[in-house]
Amino acid sequence: MVSISVKHISKSYKSVNALQDISFEVKEGELFGLIGPDGAGKTTLFRILTTLLFADEGTATVAGFDVVADYKSIRNSVGYMPGKFSLYQDLTVEENLDFFATIFGTTIEENYDLIKDIYVQIEPFKNRRAGKLSGGMKQKLALSCALIHKPKVLFLDEPTTGVDPVSRKEFWDMLKRLQQKGITILVSTPYMDEAALCDRIALIQDGKILEIDTPEAIVKYYPKPIYNVRANNMYQLINSLNAYEHNHSVYPFGEFVHYTDNRTDFNPDHLKAYLESRNLSNIHIEKTIATIEDTFMELAK
Amino acid sequence: MNNNKVIQVEGLTKMFGDFTAVNAITFEVDKGEIFGFLGANGAGKTTAMKMLIGISNPTSGNANVAGFDVFTHTENIKKNIGYMSQKFALYDDLTVRENITFFGGIYGLSRKRIKEKSDALIEELGLQNVANKLVGALPLGWKQKLSFSVSLIHDPKIVFLDEPTGGVDPITRRQFWELIYKAANQGTTVFVTTHYMDEAEYCDRVSIMVNGKIEALDTPKKLKEQFKAENMNDVFLKLARG
Repeated sequence: MVSISVKHISKSYKSVNALQDISFEVKEGELFGLIGPDGAGKTTLFRILTTLLFADEGTATVAGFDVVADYKSIRNSVGYMPGKFSLYQDLTVEENLDFFATIFGTTIEENYDLIKDIYVQIEPFKNRRAGKLSGGMKQKLALSCALIHKPKVLFLDEPTTGVDPVSRKEFWDMLKRLQQKGITILVSTPYMDEAALCDRIALIQDGKILEIDTPEAIVKYYPKPIYNVRANNMYQLINSLNAYEHNHSVYPFGEFVHYTDNRTDFNPDHLKAYLESRNLSNIHIEKTIATIEDTFMELAK
Repeated sequence: MNNNKVIQVEGLTKMFGDFTAVNAITFEVDKGEIFGFLGANGAGKTTAMKMLIGISNPTSGNANVAGFDVFTHTENIKKNIGYMSQKFALYDDLTVRENITFFGGIYGLSRKRIKEKSDALIEELGLQNVANKLVGALPLGWKQKLSFSVSLIHDPKIVFLDEPTGGVDPITRRQFWELIYKAANQGTTVFVTTHYMDEAEYCDRVSIMVNGKIEALDTPKKLKEQFKAENMNDVFLKLARG
């Protein structure tokens, strides 16, 4: 069954086309990722699907309800964690949670099972005001509040931005557990490594979807052989590769540079000789596998 | 002091009441080095950085930044360093050129020098067509590149970058690092925090803070060997999880 259906959605602000003809579907119980940088249109899409904003064109349904005609039903069926911390800073942890439970006509006790894993981590601070929590604790409280009415669909707008790798990993472990409880999750992130943790992803930039598929399949769209290149001096290496007339793309990737060539009969030995002529040493060139980030950059070019 | 060491820190400590936010950290950074300053949220990075840039008084220890003492010469430190963070960068309601002029003025550059710097910077970043547009209208990636260049306007010895690439698209993120390499190659020391572990690999040396202490400090290559890890992400997970 389809949990989220988006058909030809467009939205503009003054001179900016925030979303241009966006269409995709998310199945029930799926963990679907919107992967793209700031300004790609992710938040606009979230606001349309959570009935906080009208689209200029197109239609969308969430949990079977139309985002315009049935907006009240949607608000009862979805949980939304905005990118910006939006809880009441002057209420305590427990008061915030109680407030959201009451608004949705439920109690903390009734759905405690769903949030237990997450809430126990912040329960020792339940009398602390939300504004005084650390970033990681705020994030856990916001997620608890978004879940307290047992939503069918959960919208998470950049829940891990600015969060360190350890906390990010813990957060994704929590999402996996929620998914097992049957909740459909639409999550956005600028971190390409998190894309691999989703069932399916849409790569989005400048209001357009570049590609939609599973993380494993999406890297197959990469059109060229890709090489890891390393040398004694990273800065000189990047400059030399950028100056090489046959380059197609040159992107630093950790300890390597990912290099693609625009010739079909590329021979790595020729590149090595060129780099040596530029006074680089310890040159190492080997074929590697494209990552989601490589694919994103190639599609966004 | 050794002229090649632009940051020297020994036993630097900061306490808030009975909570030790930064616990006797010791390290040195060389001229022209790209130094990665990593740690989990709440590990004490921001507190440590605030002491190094002269806006927070240490509780104890010693530190010398750009040749000046962090206890007694904070104003000199501020004049000799650049600073850029994701949160505070440029004024959205000023144009590109006005922002450059404003920060040039703050650092006491002459009108002539500001004009020269502005022209050079705008050309280098390819911003000729938007030089008179409001910064608020620029894409985030452009803003961050401009912000970095502005932080170098007074030719500081060290530039401190606090999560400079958060949320930036992957292509711009790499262009940003090319600017960092270029600055380092010209002798500017770069002190950078990031949550992108691939960026940790771009640093000459990396320190990792856990609960207020520096628990590891070496080149990315040696850290990977030491922790038998495939990449910096694994190193970080092994260390920071404790």
